[in-house]
Amino acid sequence: MSERIVSRGFTSRRQGQTVKGRLPPGQYVTSGFPILSAGPTPQTKAEDWTFGLELKGSMLGEWNFAEFAALPQTTLTTDIHCVTKWSKFDTAWRGVTFDDLLKAAGLEEAPTPYVMAHCDGGYTTNLPTEDLVDGQAMIATLYDGSPILPAHGGPARLLVPHLYFWKSAKWVRSLSFMEHDEPGFWEQLGYHNYGDPWKEQRYDGD
Amino acid sequence: MTATDATPATAASERRKVEWQPAQVRKILAETPSVKSLVLHVADWQGHLPGQHVDIRLTAEDGYQAQRSYSIASPPEEELVTLTVERVEDGEVSPYLVDELRLGDTFELRGPIGGYFVWTIATRGPLCLVAGGSGVVPLMAMLRHRCKRGYRGPVSLLYSSRSLDEVIYREEIEAMAKRAPELRVVNTLTRKQPPGWSGYSRRIDRSMLGSTCFPPQEKPAIFVCGPTSLVENVAKTLVELGHNPLTIKTERFGPSGG
Repeated sequence: MSERIVSRGFTSRRQGQTVKGRLPPGQYVTSGFPILSAGPTPQTKAEDWTFGLELKGSMLGEWNFAEFAALPQTTLTTDIHCVTKWSKFDTAWRGVTFDDLLKAAGLEEAPTPYVMAHCDGGYTTNLPTEDLVDGQAMIATLYDGSPILPAHGGPARLLVPHLYFWKSAKWVRSLSFMEHDEPGFWEQLGYHNYGDPWKEQRYDGD
Repeated sequence: MTATDATPATAASERRKVEWQPAQVRKILAETPSVKSLVLHVADWQGHLPGQHVDIRLTAEDGYQAQRSYSIASPPEEELVTLTVERVEDGEVSPYLVDELRLGDTFELRGPIGGYFVWTIATRGPLCLVAGGSGVVPLMAMLRHRCKRGYRGPVSLLYSSRSLDEVIYREEIEAMAKRAPELRVVNTLTRKQPPGWSGYSRRIDRSMLGSTCFPPQEKPAIFVCGPTSLVENVAKTLVELGHNPLTIKTERFGPSGG
């Protein structure tokens, strides 16, 4: 970048020392929980929801909501970072980790290096499986102790908090294992393929 | 161009970084008491599509930086890029943009960004726009684009504001509608109505959408932009009215502010 452009009279109003090292570049902290999605909120009822792990057209494991609730549940309290610049600290989620889903499907490890998350409403997002293992990701059904509201992705959303939050796909219904990486919905529309907030990978080429 | 030399060009453009670049304020327009339009000269602007947005970055003397996203209000046909910004009380960036920024000032911008909430005259078919407050901004880029291109396809704009003096682009939209009978504009004022107001005076609801939006069988392209609660309600109601969810594109803001 060329010479720094300083805005006369512009000063920080929000950020204190407390967030140093905790807030990725270009982000600001919000206490609200903004909602961003590309279309209408799907109104899938928990009793109609199923979740599956899929490989080459066949299901490695499939659960309805009650079966899913019977799997080992984990609580994760974490910071989340949206590509639209807001970050929210200490959000509490509960659900089934990717590791436990693999186990429940009888898999010792992920069968391929990539997955595509498929959601109600046609939304997709792609992820490397190495970003999902070792407790890094879960399918969450509770936020702050209550069922996740439809607008926030309920009945269930993927949670991959170390990547920008569009990767934590709302209304998730399946993860498809892929040998080769393919771009998902926003990844085809100019957003970064991986989305590391600490490297500020917002858009293609970042 | 042959297929062989098209391939590397496509690959390169897909990976082209959206670089930060200086934007200089050429004109400031007061739209309403809390909203201004900033008309910007961006030397290396690559063009945009109606509905897209930009990121802006402000840098303080001490090096502190803040970034926010703003929708583009101008059509692709104009050389200068217009952003319309509403002052968010307690915001960090918008009060600076609305109250402090002067003609000739420069800040950093990058874009255009977003490829989904986009409409051009090539889309064809009826266009149904629903806005709440400053959510009208990206929709205005679409209206200005069709106006510049002399496109005469049917379009409706249902626009919810708190009061008449908070209606952004009121005169321009009225003038557009006068010149273009195929453009139907319906305002609703939710908090305060001027004496003699004969329009709607309540929040957007099912009957309002049913009577202003094109019916599902006409397969309109639908764009809804505004505060989260409005967008959630409108999108849900449109689905209940029989519109295909995939034809409804939404942009929501708040309650984070900026």
